[in-house]
Amino acid sequence: MSDTIRFDVDGEGVAVLIIDVPGQTMNVIDASFLADLDAAITRISGDDAIKGVVIASGKDSGFMAGMDLKAMETMLLPPPGETLDIKTLFGRVFELNRVFRRLETCGKPVACAIEGTCVGGGLELALACHRRIVGDNPKTQMGLPEILVGLFPGGGGSQRFPRITGVQTALMYMLQGKLFAPAEAAALKLIDEIVPAGTAITAARAWVKANPGAGVQPWDQKGYKVPGGGSAMNPGFAQTFMGAVPMTQKETQRNLNAPVALLSAVYEGVQLPMDRAIRIESKYFAKVIAEPQSRNMVRTLFVNKQAAERGARRPAQVPPSPTRRLAMLGAGMMGAGVATVAAQAGIEVVLLDRDMAAAQKGKGHAEAELQKRLSRGKTTPDKMAEVLARITPAEDFAALSGCDFVIEAVFEDPAIKAEVTKKVEAVLGADTIFGSNTSTLPITGLARNWSRPENFIGVHFFSPVEKMPLVEIIMGEKTGPQALAKALDFVRQIRKTPIVVNDGRGFYTSRCFATYVSEGTELLAEGVKPALIENVGRQLGMPVGPLAVSDEVSIELAHKVLAAARAAMGAAYRPGAADAVIEKMVVELGRLGRKNGKGYYDYPAGGGDKRLWPGLSDHWPWALHQPAAAEVRERLLYRQLAECARCHEEGVLTAPEDGDIGAIFGWGFAPWTGGPFSHMDTVGIAQVVETLDRLAARHGERFAPTRQLREMAARGETFYGAAKKKNAA
Amino acid sequence: MEAYIYDAVRSPRGRGKADGALHEVTPIALATQILRAVPERTGIDTADIDDVILGCVAPVGEQGADIARVAVLNADYDQTVPGVQINRFCASGLEAVNMAAAKVMSGEANFAIGGGVESMSRVPMNADGGAWATDPAVAYKTYFAPQGIGADLIATMAGFSRADVDAYAVESQKRAKRAWDEGRFAGSVVPIRDVIGEVLLDHDEHMRPDTDMQSLAALKPSFTGIGEQMPGFDAVAILKYPEVEKIEHVHHAGNSSGIVDGAAAVLLGSKAMGEKYGLRPRARIRAMASIGSEPMIMLTGPESVAAKLLSRAGMTRSDIDLWELNEAFASVVLRYMQAMDLDPATVNVNGGAIAMGHPLGATGAMVLGTALDELERSGKGTALINLCVGAGMGTGTIIERV
Repeated sequence: MSDTIRFDVDGEGVAVLIIDVPGQTMNVIDASFLADLDAAITRISGDDAIKGVVIASGKDSGFMAGMDLKAMETMLLPPPGETLDIKTLFGRVFELNRVFRRLETCGKPVACAIEGTCVGGGLELALACHRRIVGDNPKTQMGLPEILVGLFPGGGGSQRFPRITGVQTALMYMLQGKLFAPAEAAALKLIDEIVPAGTAITAARAWVKANPGAGVQPWDQKGYKVPGGGSAMNPGFAQTFMGAVPMTQKETQRNLNAPVALLSAVYEGVQLPMDRAIRIESKYFAKVIAEPQSRNMVRTLFVNKQAAERGARRPAQVPPSPTRRLAMLGAGMMGAGVATVAAQAGIEVVLLDRDMAAAQKGKGHAEAELQKRLSRGKTTPDKMAEVLARITPAEDFAALSGCDFVIEAVFEDPAIKAEVTKKVEAVLGADTIFGSNTSTLPITGLARNWSRPENFIGVHFFSPVEKMPLVEIIMGEKTGPQALAKALDFVRQIRKTPIVVNDGRGFYTSRCFATYVSEGTELLAEGVKPALIENVGRQLGMPVGPLAVSDEVSIELAHKVLAAARAAMGAAYRPGAADAVIEKMVVELGRLGRKNGKGYYDYPAGGGDKRLWPGLSDHWPWALHQPAAAEVRERLLYRQLAECARCHEEGVLTAPEDGDIGAIFGWGFAPWTGGPFSHMDTVGIAQVVETLDRLAARHGERFAPTRQLREMAARGETFYGAAKKKNAA
Repeated sequence: MEAYIYDAVRSPRGRGKADGALHEVTPIALATQILRAVPERTGIDTADIDDVILGCVAPVGEQGADIARVAVLNADYDQTVPGVQINRFCASGLEAVNMAAAKVMSGEANFAIGGGVESMSRVPMNADGGAWATDPAVAYKTYFAPQGIGADLIATMAGFSRADVDAYAVESQKRAKRAWDEGRFAGSVVPIRDVIGEVLLDHDEHMRPDTDMQSLAALKPSFTGIGEQMPGFDAVAILKYPEVEKIEHVHHAGNSSGIVDGAAAVLLGSKAMGEKYGLRPRARIRAMASIGSEPMIMLTGPESVAAKLLSRAGMTRSDIDLWELNEAFASVVLRYMQAMDLDPATVNVNGGAIAMGHPLGATGAMVLGTALDELERSGKGTALINLCVGAGMGTGTIIERV
């Protein structure tokens, strides 16, 4: 009997299939849904009384999201450590296509009534219907975003989308994973009708009754032609792919499997009849998911990210503690950014700075941000005014009265932070939760300024706050569950992704990110051509090269951080070759980075593209023997991996999930890996240790593997495997 | 067995545009007129020709369906003469000569013709499609980027400035003009006629003898758009050559080979066949070779194939009197001269494709003829003829006067 689909036939022979997958807030495709749909199609085909079909959702949350990615592993893939032959994998993958193809060839008209979200496999199901009718709701999102998690549309989407819109348009949407509103879908002809919200099912029923002979897809009709050409003999078709391949390479830096598989599936599939086309799609899909890359990406970018956002790390025993009124200390870039996103989330904000002018300036930042959104049509003047009204600039600590959460983003100077912290406590009392947005200063030390250190926590935002999705929550030695819950609830309110780490210099993200920049600088010091360093950094999957990022963050800041680390660590500090480079750039050459228009790059005054400063080779002459790109890549990657592993060993990280999410969303660590810990697991810990030993022998102790890595290698463990075992225990 | 060159004939090259003199001439008519010239000039009986091999790079439409055999029939050759069309991209014409020579050497053929035809004004470049650039898996695997990107990459990596490549182009124009002015090609160029027998063209029409650095400086680089903007082939090049910060786009219409219409044929035969007709062998084939090279940069095959040729022939660089390398792009020749350490005075002495144009399928046979003419004119002995080839190849031939 069907668990996921309610099947009713009305008096006029219209079968109405209501999808309502139990135990899910949103309909997703899993094995039982597919089996139920298959059975329903058998009944539809076999029952002469059924004249047509309407498919709709039984959930208010929307029509349907895609494949149940959490279940994908168990549904399709072999248990970890075991392999599955590609033919079997293809068979499992093709099941989705087989059932959808049965639906569109069942001989009776099938209309899809869409209210709300319809993405991924949900849209693919809709595309396998003969008519798509959407309830008018501008918030409804449609699209095929599979590419964003290392997959591509594998439920016929890569074949039906181009057959409706033409290849070029379909590729653009599928390669970007772009979502769109119903109006855009209608313009693309992906949907047939937009009707008033809540009436899609009625309209669908009416269409089915009025069109008894409409049960054949356009591509199954004689004379069908793919819009814009569907054959390699067609110059436009060929041209599209000739352009798509380099664009894809530029975008992926040749790190991702799914986009090029998608291109092939479309190129080869569109030239075939649908029955063969969907098999081609499934073959390429099977090849993609047979590789660890998609599994790693799905796990980090979707499953674990979503779990983190839904409170995976939140202490369950603490009742919900949403922030109503935020005390935002410091109205600089960071403080103003946090104030903006908080106000947008409906939170009242008191934005405090040393004088009213500075506080007003912070509010001005919020206004400018909102103005940008307004000009892009993303907000309305009324809403903008509402949001702005929530931000109260202030210069007097007394104005903080009534705030239930504090975030401080004042100068990175322990003395100033201490003073501010104490002044806040005087107004709000130490029962209030206090968050510090420091990026480097240990939380445990700062917490001493708050009478109840269990209520003190690190809340590390990334700049620009409006854009950067991550918040790194730092537990001081004494930070308690109330503080953690409060911070995580706040992160959820402002719709960002949290990771939770323990205290330590640079915490997790700043510390590991610094190694990427530092290794790039080491390479420069050794005489490696800067273009090679920079290009390989990008080719590794990092958003920018290490020298460019150094310029962005400012070399001067790096110089200050080094000085602070030297002072704090004393004799324990080990200077690297990078230190001398930074020293020379800042002190001798006055090249401070982008902010003064000259760093490792020159920044033309009138705008225009930055170019590597030619003078670099005068100070760090190019070595006669240049390393291979693979060697540079290995160093830039493994230097980061070594530091991540240290964070794990030291307990700064307590879960590989945090490490992977934090790396990708915090410092842009190569997303194709699924994160440093996924990558180490995939490579194999023993192999990682071997590589690190080799690099350490050649380049120094900064590459040395941790004892923990060696032990894991000896036991044949993986990070995720060990974490799973630990959680089960 | 030795293979001898008995004749080399070529059409003038017409601008490959609607206003080009040869635009009204079908490719089959071009090939036909050139094939007819061979027995007319040598007096041989076409029944003694055992094969006609014609290069053609866009063998579709009017150039499709084995244009070599159809041209043989159309040229009133004996019906026993077969024909085959081949494609080694830009070196097709020379490859056809090499294949014809190989047939003679092996004893398969007594006489064989190698040549080529391309009406670029009528059958545009790339009209034949192909998996290389468009099948996503293949284009991805091979880092496909158009030749111009490779040419600009070569210039960037070798440090050739815009002025360097332009200066080469100016020199090519000068040399071509001098060659024409002095009638150096007179023995080989056959005027092309229209359907009523009137001469349409008797000289290379693409030349711009008044070209100077200033006029070239005004030209915009051709590959900036596809390289830097859409679809961004420079990124592909840098993925393959990450030591390059930025590709300097220095090539343009004035320092790259011209798009033209033309055809050429070379008659090769055994010693005995020459004796049969009392023909004096003009040269013998000393060595033939093709080679593959890195396909993304694409145009660096010539130096490798030159080394291969010299080693096959048991010769050294100093044994070669005259160097001919197709002027696909100025940087290709500059790099070849640099890599082989050649005296520019011995390379492409009568200009090349930058001045006179590059009818893709025919050029190889044309430049071989040009080199032979020059050896005879200057009384020199040996020439190494060489072309860079799409998808990363080089094809070359060493000839020696007898």
